[in-house]
Amino acid sequence: MSAVVTIVDPEAKRRSRALGMTFIAMGLIIYVFFVRSSSPGQLATFGLNPGRQTAATPIPNVTLPVLASLYAMALVAVALGVVQLVRGFGRAQDLVLGLVAGLLVLGFLTWAARDQSLNLIGILETAVQRATPIALAALSGILCERSGIVNIAIEGMMLTAAMVSALVGSLAGSMWVGLLAAVLSSGALGALLAVLSIRYKVNQIISGTAINILATGGTSFISAKFLTQYQHLNNPGKFSNWPVPVLSRIPILGPVFFENNLIVYLLFGLLIVLHVMLYHTRWGLRTRAVGEHPRAADTLGIDVFRMRYINVLLGGMVAGLGGVFLVLGSVPRFDELMTSGKGFIGLAAMIFGKWDPFGAFGASLIFGFTDTFQAKMQILRVPIPSQFMRMAPYLITMIVLAGVVGRAEAPAAEGQVYEKQ
Amino acid sequence: MSRSPHNRDERLQALLMPLLAIVTALILGGLLIIVSDLQVIAAFTRIPRQVAVPFTNPETEISLEEALWRHPNEVVIGDAVEVKGKQLRVVGDVRDATTQIGLDEARALYPELGPGVTIHFTFFQKPAVGLRAAWRAVRVAYVALFEGSIGNPRQMAQALAAWLRGDPSLLNRAFYPLSESLVTSTPYILTGLAVALGFRAGMFNIGAEGQYFVGGLTSVFVGYSLKGLPLWVHLPLTLLAGIVGGGLWGSVPGWLKAKTGGHEVINTIMMNYIAFALSDWLLNGPMMRPGGFRPISPEIEVSARLPRFFGGDIRFHAGFFLALVMALLVYWLLFKTTIGFELRTVGANPSAARYAGISLTRSMVLAMFLSGGLAGLAGANDITGLIYYMPNAFSAGYGFDSIALALLGRSHPLGVVLAALLFGTLRAGATRMQSVAQIPIDIISILQAMIIIFIAAPEIIRAIYRIKQRRAQEQPPEADIVEGVQA
Repeated sequence: MSAVVTIVDPEAKRRSRALGMTFIAMGLIIYVFFVRSSSPGQLATFGLNPGRQTAATPIPNVTLPVLASLYAMALVAVALGVVQLVRGFGRAQDLVLGLVAGLLVLGFLTWAARDQSLNLIGILETAVQRATPIALAALSGILCERSGIVNIAIEGMMLTAAMVSALVGSLAGSMWVGLLAAVLSSGALGALLAVLSIRYKVNQIISGTAINILATGGTSFISAKFLTQYQHLNNPGKFSNWPVPVLSRIPILGPVFFENNLIVYLLFGLLIVLHVMLYHTRWGLRTRAVGEHPRAADTLGIDVFRMRYINVLLGGMVAGLGGVFLVLGSVPRFDELMTSGKGFIGLAAMIFGKWDPFGAFGASLIFGFTDTFQAKMQILRVPIPSQFMRMAPYLITMIVLAGVVGRAEAPAAEGQVYEKQ
Repeated sequence: MSRSPHNRDERLQALLMPLLAIVTALILGGLLIIVSDLQVIAAFTRIPRQVAVPFTNPETEISLEEALWRHPNEVVIGDAVEVKGKQLRVVGDVRDATTQIGLDEARALYPELGPGVTIHFTFFQKPAVGLRAAWRAVRVAYVALFEGSIGNPRQMAQALAAWLRGDPSLLNRAFYPLSESLVTSTPYILTGLAVALGFRAGMFNIGAEGQYFVGGLTSVFVGYSLKGLPLWVHLPLTLLAGIVGGGLWGSVPGWLKAKTGGHEVINTIMMNYIAFALSDWLLNGPMMRPGGFRPISPEIEVSARLPRFFGGDIRFHAGFFLALVMALLVYWLLFKTTIGFELRTVGANPSAARYAGISLTRSMVLAMFLSGGLAGLAGANDITGLIYYMPNAFSAGYGFDSIALALLGRSHPLGVVLAALLFGTLRAGATRMQSVAQIPIDIISILQAMIIIFIAAPEIIRAIYRIKQRRAQEQPPEADIVEGVQA
């Protein structure tokens, strides 16, 4: 018996064991689904260069022997699971979870690309594009929820901003004016959410729902009344891609991350700013305090309402940026209901990323990847209906929320009306 | 709820507030119609009138005298006019002919106000024109809304009179709008009840949409796969399948909340999207109509269809009565049974409920099963009563609308039925409004959103109409709207 006394939280122990089982299960999935349906001698080729002319330095493509690689991946996953069960990875377990999940995805790709070649860069590029609005929605959610206000109106804010950017951008003949007006319009919806939830103490889910209905109805109304009839009102132009000087030369990373348009770079900037602000400034500390325990924060002299107003207003603007991306950053026109649930996927990414900016970005990338890949599955003749791939982000979110694998803890005071005493 | 001498006052306000919310929303909707109408915008900014001698039609013309009085000559001293490419200043007394021009000469060159010239007025010069155009826009829209949802009163009276004289041929046409409103209201009643029941039990069921989808899928499957059954067996089975499908779909988030604390709002939203993907797969795969290429299911058997009562194109079917019966059942369950009492107790105060020995898990799962079941029945109702197959684009935004319904109906079955009738009427009428007045049907969503806001934040309505509320009985608005929901 060792003399070292460790305090073991039974909950943590249970979760650590569940995680180990999960790793082993993922390894088994690789074996059962992928290894057994491949045959020796099959090769999978991954293209690592973009299919277009870029600044990136070209590198050779990678060809993997399918069966051997899959065996290796399955073994590594199972081995990691055994280690987790026996010893536990402690604080690194989330990182290992990411690693094993990555192995599973890689295994899937290797299996799907057997006897074929798959341009990985093309998929990743599209994945970043698809992830951008989701990540912006998630950041908006983080801003609001960290201060204790649930924002399920992100979808509506994005939709409004998308419409305004198309309309105002076309009217003014300038994308910049469109961008500004769009961000202001979604900020206004954020203000409405804040006023209803804070001043009028309306249940936040209800005020969010009302804003979603208002935005859906309002944007469709204007679209049907004006945008579809007068095409020149729906032609704002598009932000072009701008390769970042040195960084875009890096193979793989260059074309995927550093050859994008303004809004993607804004997202990267926001990620860093929000991370620093949230964890290293007084504003961040106060925001988190207000979200976790408003009464205590109030006692210390922090103006709870003011913090929440500011955060929800900013959250609305960030969500609007996501809507702008859908118009000015991809197809430069507005279509009714064009957000198609991206605001809600953003909420899911926020939960999956544990209310942390970089976590949420990672989750958005995964969601963007599944979204991109399900479109590719038919081309690769993968014998899985693409609809199941489409369900994956939502299923993963439910599993994470249930705390089976790595618990996601929401800010404690989230959704509650705060009454000053 | 405490009985006080001012109870009647309170009751009156409870009735007055929703009414005021609806009226205010309709007024604001009217304003929206006005400002988005191009003709009105024109009438407010540029009102064209042609100068005419002789002047006969005040709608399009203006007399020369008035035109001159309004614009006492276009060219005045001090103006700069262009003559043969040179800018000349208009002066009374020409000293330098290269830079100046006389007033009379300039007026001869620029006869702005002669007969046939069109001049434009602003709103403030002719306010009546703008106001009349605005009034016309709103009137046309709301009359179309009324005639599209209730019907043309004169036509209805004539049809009734003819029917009394023994000629029922006019009835179908005159009462078609009304019947459509009832048809549209039916799924609203059911989904509204679903959300209201959830509210009472403290569950925020934001996933009525997905449960509606799944209910539609299960009921259509039973509807087309079972063959040769009599109506009185097949139809109830089909409807039951919808209830069970939606109910099971709904109970998953209930179970997750009870067991893991995962918030049902997020989980129901996630399950919505899973349901859409599932239905997309089923309709493109196992449930696809044989021999077809479109993602639709086969048609259900005749024995699985809800009966219709009138011939012709009147789609009114027994589902409406089914929905009313469900409202009664929900009322009975919530307020007259032990189960209902337990559900409401869990909704009002979960910890108290647990100390009283009520199983939270059981209550939450049951509440979400019933809630999802009602939403699923709404799906089954649309399948068995209206379309007879499952299309890929099945739903019409019931998920969010139903929250509005539960709020407007104060989570009471009777209130929900009334709110659903209102929303169904609005939706049905909006179709006609779109074709007659070119007002997009989406204006109904805008009205709904405003109604939710006004109902949820009654202080706004109180502030607009200066209604006083007695301080002593002030409750947090949340508790008073969604009785039971804990944030």
